[in-house]
Amino acid sequence: MSESTIVKLPDQSTARIPKMNYLSKENGILSWLLTGDHKRIAILYLISLSFFFFIGGALAGLIRLELLTPQADLMATDTYNKVFTMHGVIMIFFFLVPSVPATLGNFLIPMMIGAKDLALPKINLLSWYLYMAGGLLALYTMATGGVDTGWTFTTPLSTHYVNTNVLTTGLAAFIAGFSSIFTGLNFIVTIHKMRAPGMTWFKLPLFVWAHYAASVLMVLATPVVAIAIVLVALERTIGIGVFDPTKGGDPILFQHLFWFYSHPAVYIMILPGMGVISEVISTFSRKRVFGYTAVAFSSVAIAIFGFFVWAHHMFIMGISNYAVLVFSLLTMLVAVPSAIKIFNWTFTLYKGSITFETPMIYAFGFMGLFTIGGLTGVFLGVSGTDIHLTETYFIVAHFHFVMVGGMLMAFLSGIHFWWPKMTGRMYPEKISQLAAVVTFIGFNFTFFPQFILGTLGMPRRYASYPPEFQILNVFSTAGATILGVGYLLPVLYLVWSLRYGKIAGNNPWQATGLEWQTQSPPLTENFVKMPIMDHDVYDYEWLEAQQEKEKEVASA
Amino acid sequence: MSEQNAHAQHAEGKHAHHIVSPKTYALILLALLVGTATTVWASYVDLGIWNPVIALAIACTKATLVVLFFMHVKYSSKLTMLTVLAGIFMFLTLIGMTLADYISRAWGQW
Amino acid sequence: MPDSSAVEHGASVAAEHEEHPAYLRHHFESTEQQADATNFAMWLFLLTEIMFFGGLFTAYLIYRNWYYQAFVAASHQLSIPLGGFNTLLLIVSSFTMAMGVWCAETRRKSGLVLCLCMTLVLGLGFLGVKSVEYREKFEKHHVPSYHYSLNSFLDPDSDEAAKAAGDKPLPLDVARHTEVYFSLYFAMTGMHALHMIIGVGILVFMIFRAQAGAYTTGHVTFVENFGLYWHFVDIIWIFLFPLLYLISRH
Repeated sequence: MSESTIVKLPDQSTARIPKMNYLSKENGILSWLLTGDHKRIAILYLISLSFFFFIGGALAGLIRLELLTPQADLMATDTYNKVFTMHGVIMIFFFLVPSVPATLGNFLIPMMIGAKDLALPKINLLSWYLYMAGGLLALYTMATGGVDTGWTFTTPLSTHYVNTNVLTTGLAAFIAGFSSIFTGLNFIVTIHKMRAPGMTWFKLPLFVWAHYAASVLMVLATPVVAIAIVLVALERTIGIGVFDPTKGGDPILFQHLFWFYSHPAVYIMILPGMGVISEVISTFSRKRVFGYTAVAFSSVAIAIFGFFVWAHHMFIMGISNYAVLVFSLLTMLVAVPSAIKIFNWTFTLYKGSITFETPMIYAFGFMGLFTIGGLTGVFLGVSGTDIHLTETYFIVAHFHFVMVGGMLMAFLSGIHFWWPKMTGRMYPEKISQLAAVVTFIGFNFTFFPQFILGTLGMPRRYASYPPEFQILNVFSTAGATILGVGYLLPVLYLVWSLRYGKIAGNNPWQATGLEWQTQSPPLTENFVKMPIMDHDVYDYEWLEAQQEKEKEVASA
Repeated sequence: MSEQNAHAQHAEGKHAHHIVSPKTYALILLALLVGTATTVWASYVDLGIWNPVIALAIACTKATLVVLFFMHVKYSSKLTMLTVLAGIFMFLTLIGMTLADYISRAWGQW
Repeated sequence: MPDSSAVEHGASVAAEHEEHPAYLRHHFESTEQQADATNFAMWLFLLTEIMFFGGLFTAYLIYRNWYYQAFVAASHQLSIPLGGFNTLLLIVSSFTMAMGVWCAETRRKSGLVLCLCMTLVLGLGFLGVKSVEYREKFEKHHVPSYHYSLNSFLDPDSDEAAKAAGDKPLPLDVARHTEVYFSLYFAMTGMHALHMIIGVGILVFMIFRAQAGAYTTGHVTFVENFGLYWHFVDIIWIFLFPLLYLISRH
């Protein structure tokens, strides 16, 4: 693959990491803990997110290990309930929701729009502290006995029937919610008010558009789950009767409020990932994203439609049949903007000069797995099939195809793509390509059998199952082992590359974004002087002309 | 930004910082007090189904006055207005779509 | 509107920009950009607040339609004079807050401190009245929990407020739903009071800063944004008052 590559590294014998950069500016732990710099906060997030990811991953390992055999033999059944609940809580609230926005979004949005920082640096730091407070509270919960309601905190189970740490877990989610609200708010303000001269809305990279749409969701949807959690907490502690059926409350109302957030939340999780994919696909096929405007608006459309479909999580919960019809129909609509994105990426590839660096392999993984995940979502959106498939392993597989196959692939793609910008060094290409392929294979082994299990009728959230399902479960557990290797590899070689990686130079991928036109790692203020956006977005000819000019200046 | 520029922008009425006069504030206060008195008075009169309608209409009027004048939205950028409208829209979506379930639950079952 | 003052203000901002006022944070290009950005951020925060209370309003709407009779009887337990007086306090405090913003904009330091102090007193007054109302609910066992008492609804003659409203005794299964009303009453007014308490805390902080002259040198963003918050809390009460106290009288 060495002959077909776009990688352009500086001469390694003379290249140096720039002495002045955001990493070297100040030293000491306090300079990190009190920083207002969006790039440093992004690094803080990256480290803490990875920590929570591996805790959530370890819990997933326990689940798969338990399901290796039909009997509940590894742990007691109520321990199993706690394990899958904590897996869900940690992965959703402390990894998936903040994953791309808090790390890559934080790092890149100001650079992409030509600003020195996010509009509200202190609020940005505050949201990291809130995130950590919530995360540590969740860990404390886990250490002191866990919670077994499932990550959905469904009433009246969570208010009346379980005696585990619902309160602290709820509080952890509540705090993490505010962290996410502040991140979203910060992004919206920044994108509106901090753009460099010439950076009009339709010159924004699609990464920024996707984050804008996700931020709107964060700001508008999160408070509703916050109030739902507050009401659950009040019901548990002082016994008010808003969701309590014995007092006249309606438990389904909790689900309405909960899913009003938690359905848009999956778009909060996936939209930033789609933004990453747009950047990566364009860069590695050397073409402007096909149908830029359509892709930009499809992000916004997903955000808007995302608000009108929440009750498709409740088809079997006792909502009215007419509401089921309406919500089922609206759910189909979301498929349209998602498909627009997939088709436009495919057309971007068409006749492009494609190269297969690691971010691109992950991006291909994303496109395939997300498409499968999305299409199986249609099965669940149709009320007829949903009644058969919901609460089975089909739904588990669907969700993991979209979130792990989609979002996690996008996250890894983005981390590899911008790693040279964040650290100034390249990751080792060969082994990372291997890791990407291992992840893809492991993923399919893990989750594809679960589609079959689900259609055969294996319910989720049980520690034991009929013996005839064992063979597929063994497949799934074996795949999870491979998947685990695929996730551990990047940690090892990325840490290794911090010291031994090749020096990347400003723009190893020959990408067009403003973030690539400055040194790596960037200065604290991002740019030496305020950039002016005088060319179109994804304009590779402009980039070539620019580099010609620089060469002439250098030789003159 | 030069002084000229600031003037030019003010003429456009975009970013210029509009200072609302105390007289306006006083008038709004008066209107709010009248509204409060009216809504209390109306609550003692039995108007059947119109009682809540009138109370909410008065409340909406009062809230609009506060938003437009005390919160300066009347003099703010389009973006601020859009933000307020987005809030109202999402609020109505939450209520409307949830009610879509509740009002139709008993349909066909009587 | 006195246009001249706006122009004068715009001019002074422009003049200050030349020498980079100390409050201009490094990542902004101009004080206007900074003021614009923080103002917009505050509005977005209020957007989240709308949705936060939105959940409670939704619950209220649904249960009021389900348990109309119980809501009527339960709302008779609230005192319109007290609620009305509280509305009055809040509206006037909103006015003093708006005047405070005006004082800051026109750089009247003592006026600003006075306005903020008045807002503080009115806000505390509101909380005081609220606590009187809460206390009465506690005494009558109308706080939803395990000690909730249905006496006032099963036997209205034993209860002054119910008697005054001419309530008929409710059947047990209807009366039990008054607890839902009080659950919502406490959740909504409690959440509102919590916002008031936070606001009062910030007011105290602001009074000290205003005394030191922090907001009367052209940097009014903080006062303005707090004003937005305070008015928002006022608006919530403008809706809570008719919903909880007034519309179920008949």
